[in-house]
Amino acid sequence: MNIIGKKTLFLSIAGILVALSIFLIFVFGFEEAIDFKGGTLWQFQIPQENPSVETVSQFLKSDIKEIGETVINYDLTHDTFLVRLRTTTEDEHQKLQTVIKTKFPSFEELSFQSIGPSIGANLRKNAVKAIIFAIIFVSLYISFAFRKVSRPITSWKYGVVTMISLLHDIVIPAGLIAVLGHYLGVEIDSNFIVALLVIMGFSVHDTIVVFDRIRENLSLDRGKTEFGTVINNSINQTMARSINTSLTLIIVLLAMFFLGPINLKYFTLTLLVGVSMGVYSSIFVASPLLLVWHNLTRK
Amino acid sequence: MQRHPGLVLSFIILVAILAAFFIFPQNFGLRNSPWRLGLDLVGGSHLIYKIDLTKVPSGDQNSVLNGLRDVIEKRVNLFGVSEPQVFLSRSADGDNLIVELAGIKDIKDAIKTIGETPLLEFKEVQGNGSSTEFITPLFTVNGAQVTLTGRHIKSAQLNFDNTTSKPEVAISFNDEGAGFFEKMTADNVGKPIAIFLDNNLIEAPVVQQKISGGQAVITGSFTLKEAKAMVERFNAGALPAPITLINQQTISATLGTNSLEKALLAGTIGTLLVMIFMVVYYRFFGVFAVAALIIYILLTLGIFKLFSVTMTLAGLAGFILTIGMAVDANILIFERIKEERKKGLAFSSSINEGFKRAWSSIRDSNISTIITAVILYFFTSSFVKGFALTLLIGVLVSMFSAITTTRLLLKAFIKDKPVSKT
Repeated sequence: MNIIGKKTLFLSIAGILVALSIFLIFVFGFEEAIDFKGGTLWQFQIPQENPSVETVSQFLKSDIKEIGETVINYDLTHDTFLVRLRTTTEDEHQKLQTVIKTKFPSFEELSFQSIGPSIGANLRKNAVKAIIFAIIFVSLYISFAFRKVSRPITSWKYGVVTMISLLHDIVIPAGLIAVLGHYLGVEIDSNFIVALLVIMGFSVHDTIVVFDRIRENLSLDRGKTEFGTVINNSINQTMARSINTSLTLIIVLLAMFFLGPINLKYFTLTLLVGVSMGVYSSIFVASPLLLVWHNLTRK
Repeated sequence: MQRHPGLVLSFIILVAILAAFFIFPQNFGLRNSPWRLGLDLVGGSHLIYKIDLTKVPSGDQNSVLNGLRDVIEKRVNLFGVSEPQVFLSRSADGDNLIVELAGIKDIKDAIKTIGETPLLEFKEVQGNGSSTEFITPLFTVNGAQVTLTGRHIKSAQLNFDNTTSKPEVAISFNDEGAGFFEKMTADNVGKPIAIFLDNNLIEAPVVQQKISGGQAVITGSFTLKEAKAMVERFNAGALPAPITLINQQTISATLGTNSLEKALLAGTIGTLLVMIFMVVYYRFFGVFAVAALIIYILLTLGIFKLFSVTMTLAGLAGFILTIGMAVDANILIFERIKEERKKGLAFSSSINEGFKRAWSSIRDSNISTIITAVILYFFTSSFVKGFALTLLIGVLVSMFSAITTTRLLLKAFIKDKPVSKT
């Protein structure tokens, strides 16, 4: 397969996807979960009376006015109500429970989470730090691991190219979550940050496999073959394993997505998209970029 | 290892079998030592309190924090919750106290009791035959009757006797407290004064003489550690460090069990699918990968249980992900072996070459995952730490299992006899 020959096409696809994702994130923004912005997330069931969302919403508005604005969602597959409201004290929580129980006796609380805004601000700051550190340290490690490769391009360029493909791999799932957030109310929470970090740690695996082969082929070849050909050969020689290593993770993720706990659904989805993008970037983005850079500096 | 692959392999398999007994003892009729499951899997409450230390002098802060933790732990223990966790956590925006209560049904009372200010009281002791009675003396101030409590104490300190260098506890009262204490000691010379914290007797020193001036010293035959604990309790009861609930997460047992079951189901199905994929794609080699994967799972679960790693939902997810990653090293090695075979190398030497040449990429890619796991561990909240930890342990064990176990399996079972097709 002549990947290097069509590198403009492949790089354009990646570039357009990344640009589109950044645009969507910019336009829609993220829906922040209560871990980041503070507030209360309340999950309960009313199995007997089984009232409609409107009924419950109306009831909360009329009978517990002081609690302020509430947003209610109903999860059909699990017959649970998800209510979002401002940060509440334990007294208010107790009052809410009592009032609802009087109206709907079969009310059963599944979970109640109330977070003050200060924790959220701190968590958000740390999340951003974690992502930046991960990008920097992984790229630095790649530069270090390839330190003995200096010809035809220096090792730190491997690191920079890794950084670019890491950004590609996390920006695209982030863009998807921004869209889902806008249309379905999907929120970003600490699990989302974890997913992005795991994507970075994992998708670089495939990139390393290709780079490793380029490193090996360069040392065997001793500069006889053109750099582009060496890269293209290396990609083709390692393509099956690049795909297979990610495929096993994708298999596990699919099982988690369809059978796993509901709370991890979007965590798994983010990972699925990110890991798939990681396969694309390791074959069609990272190595072609090496050549593009090489050609640019040669001129 | 090079010379005795069979021996080392037998040892690894033995350890894996032992791990299996250790992980699922009930299946073998052995006593089950329970897993440590997180609140999101068993149900329970995770409470974060902010500790307000603004009124505590900076020198006493550590003592107050430890004392407070001690007091809250004692209160929490009263609820009969199994293994309650109470710990301090220092973050950028201040000191927090974290309380974890597993499987508690009615959180209301717990939250109410935890939030109360610790109560330190001084009582007189009256022997009445064999029974002992504690009486709280009342003092009259401006016509109102008040008792001597923690709010009359300025602070408590750990001192050492000048001559014997034994540890002793020095308490200083404020002006009002000094007056009360002077009267109380005058009435009780030769008798003990019982000091209670949250209705628990912490010490009953015997009054030697009337103490005026508000400086009391408790001496006795206690160890340094006991004296320190006493100081912490006095400070917790004396210095105002109010706590406010800033984060609560309560998960019902129903939801927790449901998450656990689904995660286990997804993990099992995912593992089986990975195994099927490996055997279908790599045939003969795939079988070795499956064997190595089983050993990997047993060893990792064994380590989790041995070190009592708390399995949260996120942690479980992290472990399930590592199952998908654990075979990666095998894939790299098998692909490399295939290549070497194509070059015309003999079977056993192609295996050696395959391992040797795949190693650099296996090492580099696992280190990148280790880097992200470590960053995750240090930059996130306690819930995510569980994920980072299982991911880290998983990656380390999988490196071992792929390199060592698979290699030994191949060495032990493959000889340089003509093999028709792999």
